[in-house]
Amino acid sequence: MGIAMAWPPRDEPSETVRGKGRYVVGRSARLGIFSSLLAVAVGLVVFVSMAYLRSEPPTLDFAAGHSQGQAVDMTLQTVGAIGFGTHPSWVSYLTQAPDGKWVHTTLWDLPANTRVNVTIDQYDSGSALRNPQVGAVYGTLGNAATLNGKPFSLIDATKGNGVGHTFSIPTLGINVPLYGVNGNAKNFCNSAPCTLSEAHNTVEFSFMTPKTTGQYGWQCFVPCGGGYVYGNGGPMQTISFMDGFLKVVS
Amino acid sequence: MSDQQATVSRTAGGPNHGARLAVAWLVISAIVDPLFWFAAGPHMPPGDMTSSASGAQFDFNVLMMAALPVTLGVWLYFGYAIVNWRASKGGSDLIGGPKARGNMKIQTAWIASTTIVVLSAFVFGTVELIVPAGAGGGEGPQPIWTPTSKTVLPIQVIGQQWKFTYRYPTYGGFETDTLMVPNNTTIAFHVTSLDVIHDFWAYQLGVKADANPQQDNVAFTTTHALGKVTVRCDELCGIWHGAMFNYGHVVSKTTFQQWASSNETQLAAVTKLLPPFSWTYTADANGADGVYYPDNVDKYSKIQVYGAQPVSVAQAVKPTS
Repeated sequence: MGIAMAWPPRDEPSETVRGKGRYVVGRSARLGIFSSLLAVAVGLVVFVSMAYLRSEPPTLDFAAGHSQGQAVDMTLQTVGAIGFGTHPSWVSYLTQAPDGKWVHTTLWDLPANTRVNVTIDQYDSGSALRNPQVGAVYGTLGNAATLNGKPFSLIDATKGNGVGHTFSIPTLGINVPLYGVNGNAKNFCNSAPCTLSEAHNTVEFSFMTPKTTGQYGWQCFVPCGGGYVYGNGGPMQTISFMDGFLKVVS
Repeated sequence: MSDQQATVSRTAGGPNHGARLAVAWLVISAIVDPLFWFAAGPHMPPGDMTSSASGAQFDFNVLMMAALPVTLGVWLYFGYAIVNWRASKGGSDLIGGPKARGNMKIQTAWIASTTIVVLSAFVFGTVELIVPAGAGGGEGPQPIWTPTSKTVLPIQVIGQQWKFTYRYPTYGGFETDTLMVPNNTTIAFHVTSLDVIHDFWAYQLGVKADANPQQDNVAFTTTHALGKVTVRCDELCGIWHGAMFNYGHVVSKTTFQQWASSNETQLAAVTKLLPPFSWTYTADANGADGVYYPDNVDKYSKIQVYGAQPVSVAQAVKPTS
């Protein structure tokens, strides 16, 4: 009210007073200006925080133009180090968009009650499993999967190259282990996106999306977040790296 | 006649408010309590699929039966006071004077009745925790409240970020993502974790026990109805805690036998890769190189101390159909 009141003030000299040839802003006016600035600052902080918290990688739409009964094909790759961004050393999944480009995301729109044919090119080395139970293939169509074209149902992670990662959707009871590549291979891929000329294993399987629409979390069950407690921090807890969501739509 | 005189005369020659309130309270309570017990009680969570679930439902209903008259009494008093003792327009200020003095009888009755209610709830709650073998809650590795059944089916619940798996030691120790429980059977859930603290909450079973790494937390229940079970983690265990849930089923003993035997056979290859069955495991905390090991401490002893029912893995009786 100080700077908006009629000039000169009569009853409230403390609001706005005439100085020596200049206006002096009174206490209430200063308080008002300060409060306004504070409110703007707080609003900005909240806005930026919410924008950050609500930000997420892009969602690839595999449901667009889908006709009933038609299968969806999806190609993924796993890499030992993403090689770019804020966490270049983190392990990660990538998804191939319908236009063929590799996208750093683990969010997909998928049509409900639809067969999804998954191809995963696994470029990371492997290790033993904390829980060997996730070395088994289950929940896929026919509980089946192929490794480099050959059917397999179980990987003993204590032998060979071990298991690099898993593709698991716990709420749908789906689990597929991904056999590791030789970490000493000359053509070992060190940054994404990797190409088929580099050392990799190809795992293929199919599963049915649920009839009920909604978001279904999926993740890797190899504790591959090196440097984090129990290996389950960092990339294991960050969307677009080692976990994501199937956004099942009608 | 002054306002002060009018107030006094109304009080002196007026109705017996205490009797009015008491009668109204008794009538309303006599209607609402049975109404709740018979109409709403059978539908109260968590249902009656198991002994611990029906026990929890019974406890909830009994406590609600005790709480309803108290709540109704307070509301009734408020309503009555607003209607009958509100200040009239232009009347004198009734604050202070005789009406503001304490009433020893009312105070004594209030303190005595609330004390009785609280102590009764304490005794009731304690009895209801002890008698039904821990009421489905985790009792730690050495449970002191054990079931009376001579046959107990052990099921190990393993929490890990972010899913539960279940091992069935009676059937070769296979491990699966699916919780399958036979009907009319006493179950001993042995809850543990491979990493951080989780909480196994099988809602319809009325079972809830923390999953602590390197701890065997035992919870008992006895199934007596078929149905679907929702299992959730109830301990904030990381960013995907909210996604840590799955479903289980209480099935007939015959169906369970078929399922368990089938899984024992089908999962034999992966079971061979699992560490030997143990009540707890030690996980390597070094990330991807980590495997888990049986702790080799008290390997089977914990289940053998169930009161008068020594049940080891070898002795654990498969449910007979």
